[in-house]
Amino acid sequence: MANNKAFTRGIRQQSQWQLPDNQVTPEAVFKDRRNIIKTLGLGALGASIPGQVQAGIFDLFGDKPATPFLTHPLKFAKPEQYQPTQALTPESKVTRHNNFYEFGTSKSDPFENAQDFSVNPWALRIEGLVDNPLTLDADDLANMFALEERTYRLRCVEAWSMVVPWVGFSLASLLKKVGVKSQATHVAFETLFDPEQMPGQRNRLMGGGIHYPYVEGLTIAEAMNELSLMAVGLYGKTLPPQNGAPVRLVVPWKYGFKSIKSVVRIRVMDKQPPTSWNQLAPHEYGFYANVNPGVDHPRWSQATERSIGEGGLFSAKRIKTLPFNGYGEQVADLYASLDLRRFY
Amino acid sequence: MKLTPKRLGWLKFTLHVLCFSPIAYLVYLVLTDSAGGDPVQYLIHFTGMGGLNTLVATLLVSPLAKWLKMGALLQTRRLLGLYVFAYACLHIGAFISLDLLFEWTLLFEEVIKRPYILLGASGFIILCLLAVTSFKQVKTAMGKRWLSLHRSIYLLALLVPIHFYWSVKSEIIEPSIYVAIFAGLLWLRKKQIKQILLRR
Repeated sequence: MANNKAFTRGIRQQSQWQLPDNQVTPEAVFKDRRNIIKTLGLGALGASIPGQVQAGIFDLFGDKPATPFLTHPLKFAKPEQYQPTQALTPESKVTRHNNFYEFGTSKSDPFENAQDFSVNPWALRIEGLVDNPLTLDADDLANMFALEERTYRLRCVEAWSMVVPWVGFSLASLLKKVGVKSQATHVAFETLFDPEQMPGQRNRLMGGGIHYPYVEGLTIAEAMNELSLMAVGLYGKTLPPQNGAPVRLVVPWKYGFKSIKSVVRIRVMDKQPPTSWNQLAPHEYGFYANVNPGVDHPRWSQATERSIGEGGLFSAKRIKTLPFNGYGEQVADLYASLDLRRFY
Repeated sequence: MKLTPKRLGWLKFTLHVLCFSPIAYLVYLVLTDSAGGDPVQYLIHFTGMGGLNTLVATLLVSPLAKWLKMGALLQTRRLLGLYVFAYACLHIGAFISLDLLFEWTLLFEEVIKRPYILLGASGFIILCLLAVTSFKQVKTAMGKRWLSLHRSIYLLALLVPIHFYWSVKSEIIEPSIYVAIFAGLLWLRKKQIKQILLRR
């Protein structure tokens, strides 16, 4: 913990999360923005059309959201062992090809629908079986812990993968800070529930049938593993909303859906928590969801994956999927006594 | 309104424009590198949806012709049906070349192990048969058998929406809508379907 204190600044400086005053929308205008739209008589119509359709209509008039979400550069260390050993997925693809059903189920929906997402103020509460429950605000997320850059491959359960330079702090350092009680066995995570801001949470057609808020979980051993990262940035800057701003989990040896986004609650528990995809289709998505080329999804093969890299259509490449997504050295011993065919 | 040959010509032209413009748009997206972060998946999905929609259009023709009492409308069916075939070729071509990168062993594993791909592949075989027998000369030569072969489009209308439904991760609402549409289109043909089933 002394280590973390070294990074706590004595003087409260302008946070990387804060906008300069002249860029802040006056509160009255901000609060009234929906009414302004509703008065135009478009509110009811707009709410009834799913985002994909809306995007389709507006595509004709120039398809990019008017004001992209503002990200800020972060300060971080670059530990040797986490530097890239393979080509990175370009930033434009990392930020425009996302599964974040809260903003729509199509891969381009999150980029198109999330740019107005508000991440400040934010409150990430760490509670449950801990000695010192803690609430982190937007400022704490950037400043309380020593940030480091870690390049991980993210393997989606849909059989594609990306290589992403995340910036964040280890989940273990957060858990050590709050002090985990001895009877704890699992850690539960929860995404923000805010249907006002997240169209997928108010419209079933857009939300893909998931029961919101999105929840995920890890065992204590998994959570304490050094690889488990709380990411607050990518490509050296704070996270954009489509990638899970302001803070998300990254567990690189598990399928992407385990790496829950826009987290507001971390609860240390003494039993296995429910997880969203497992609730939706238990025979297809397990609690563990370790990347495993030997256990296929019931409807498609997990033996190989399409690696998303530079270039367009004709530069697509397919690579062999590795057990634990290539992180077996660090995590395989967590599952030494577990039948991974049964506990997929 | 009567469907004169001239009007039919215009209708066919319009249908060509409607069916072909999505392909042109797709080519534009691919060439300008704006088909999203994973253009391969985008292309496969896009052409799949193209096939679905043209199949709906094809199956709408005869109920419309009956309802509007416009027999000449039936002459647009071949055109529409061949667009279904074209989209299916692009769909499967993209899957094999761009997704599987011609790894044939992987293809056979996928076809055998994945029920939704098996359905899609079966549907494609039917479509190929319908496409090669779509020429006038073949039609005449086949006589009565032509009609029974081409009624297998009903089977296609059963396989294709299920193929879509099984292929998605959880977004079942859109495929469910298609299942309902195809069920409706088959319902309109319950007489013919009964005929086929009873004859065998």
